[in-house]
Amino acid sequence: MLEVRELTKAFDGFVAVSRVSFDVPKGGVSAIIGPNGAGKTTLFNLITGHLRADAGRVVLNGRDVTGVPPHELCRIGVGRSFQRTNIFAKLTVYENVQAAFLSHRGRGWNVFASVRDLYRDETMSLLESLGLATRAGEIAGFLSHGAQKQLELGLALALEPDILLLDEPTAGMSATETRETIRLIDRVARDRGLTLLFTEHDMEVVFSIAQKVTVLHQGRVIADGSPAQVRADAEVRRVYLGERH
Amino acid sequence: MRRIPWALLVLLAALLVPAAGSRFYTFLANDVIIWALFATSLNLLVGYTGLVSFGHAAYFGIGAYTTGILMKKAALPFVLAFPAAGVLAGALALLFGTFCVRLTRIYFAMLTLAFAQIVWAICFKWNEVTGGEQGMPEVPYPDLAWMGSLPVLRDLRTSDHFYLLTVLLVALCLWILHRIVRSPFGRMLTTIRENAERAEFIGVHVRRYELAAFVLAGAFAGLAGGLFGIFNRGVFPDFAYWTKSSEVLIMTLLGGMGTFWGPSVGALALILLNQQIVSYTEYWPFVLGIILVVLLFGFPGGLAGAAELLGRRLWRPRRA
Repeated sequence: MLEVRELTKAFDGFVAVSRVSFDVPKGGVSAIIGPNGAGKTTLFNLITGHLRADAGRVVLNGRDVTGVPPHELCRIGVGRSFQRTNIFAKLTVYENVQAAFLSHRGRGWNVFASVRDLYRDETMSLLESLGLATRAGEIAGFLSHGAQKQLELGLALALEPDILLLDEPTAGMSATETRETIRLIDRVARDRGLTLLFTEHDMEVVFSIAQKVTVLHQGRVIADGSPAQVRADAEVRRVYLGERH
Repeated sequence: MRRIPWALLVLLAALLVPAAGSRFYTFLANDVIIWALFATSLNLLVGYTGLVSFGHAAYFGIGAYTTGILMKKAALPFVLAFPAAGVLAGALALLFGTFCVRLTRIYFAMLTLAFAQIVWAICFKWNEVTGGEQGMPEVPYPDLAWMGSLPVLRDLRTSDHFYLLTVLLVALCLWILHRIVRSPFGRMLTTIRENAERAEFIGVHVRRYELAAFVLAGAFAGLAGGLFGIFNRGVFPDFAYWTKSSEVLIMTLLGGMGTFWGPSVGALALILLNQQIVSYTEYWPFVLGIILVVLLFGFPGGLAGAAELLGRRLWRPRRA
């Protein structure tokens, strides 16, 4: 589905991502883990075209998408959420998701139609599946952190992606919120047959839903495989798990 | 739910102003209405797209010169000279905007200012075409003989006829702008204002939308300028000067950039205040400064925002 090959990015001489390669198999749930500063977010930004890679390639369904800008990438089936919650804070919950539908279905240049009821059914049913339907009229910026994260997931899902990239979907959440969110993501991915790639710092979360784990450390891949393999990996235990116990 | 058709009531009231018979009030109302269009066009950028332009007067000036030159020198009728103002202002907005939208925030604002100053300098120096420093006085009124042949309007002055034309044209422009901000396109603009990075990732080509907003705003400013040159009985280089840009920005802020009608309220408030205060004191800019400080700290939503807030406070308890 998604192949990352030898991806490299340096900032002023500091190599944030160094020759990173891994695959994301179709329909599965894959995770990238690593301590803070390991290069997870940079890697995501390289994949989604927010940053330009110094070297390496990103291949999606056999097509080279290296350096394709975000607004085009999401047209060919890539959805993403951000680590720091990224929504349209002063618009309502409904308007947020509706905007994503409008844009994705190419209605954004329509100057004369009234926007109010366009894609109302699609928007409401998506909000329903996220448990946000009753809050459709609320200003998005006033939602709780957890609900904002769910809304952001909604923005990504409205683009009907084949692959969904989630950057720390549970960052800053309480234990309960984390559990709920993970259950939600897992269910949504299954329902829609999505391929999922997410970064996470919480090991429990990772090992509970991922079928494949890639471990980053100081910008390099140090392990790549099933959760069991990764857990057993000596270097991973030393640099990552070791820090926590 | 019963809704009061405010827009229609205001339009009706505006059309009745000449009936009062005061040349002065009609003049004032004409001024306000043209500035209302100018400020609303700016709000498409500032309020809806989140782009602060310091050089919006450029397009106002270009529009004024276009209509003025076409009517005075080429003796073209108003029906051609007026739309031409929008077309040419829009075309130049497309040219300048292509560069401006490559920059963000303060750099964007400074570049709009730079282009506006270039426009001003050209108007100021290009004597053969623009009349240079002296400007171009005596732009003729459009031929509105047909209005004089209508029963009720027969006794009105030519300036009143032009006023009525202005009201109708501005109403039409505002109606179009209102449709635009309520359209899917308008919603895309607000997503850019809220969060351009996220907008990219729901598939919005941010720069292209910003450019479209810039062109639309420029075109409508040009139309306002076209009307203003005739209203003012002449076109002068200071139409495109940066003080005009700041004036229209102040109107937009004063009225409230968060709402569609805010800038129009701002135009009304600023022109009336100016009129009143100038008759008491010569320190108008000083008073204006104080008003702005109070407004920015006390009512960041402007007059329209404050009115909305007040309205909500007054209505809620009764409904509950």
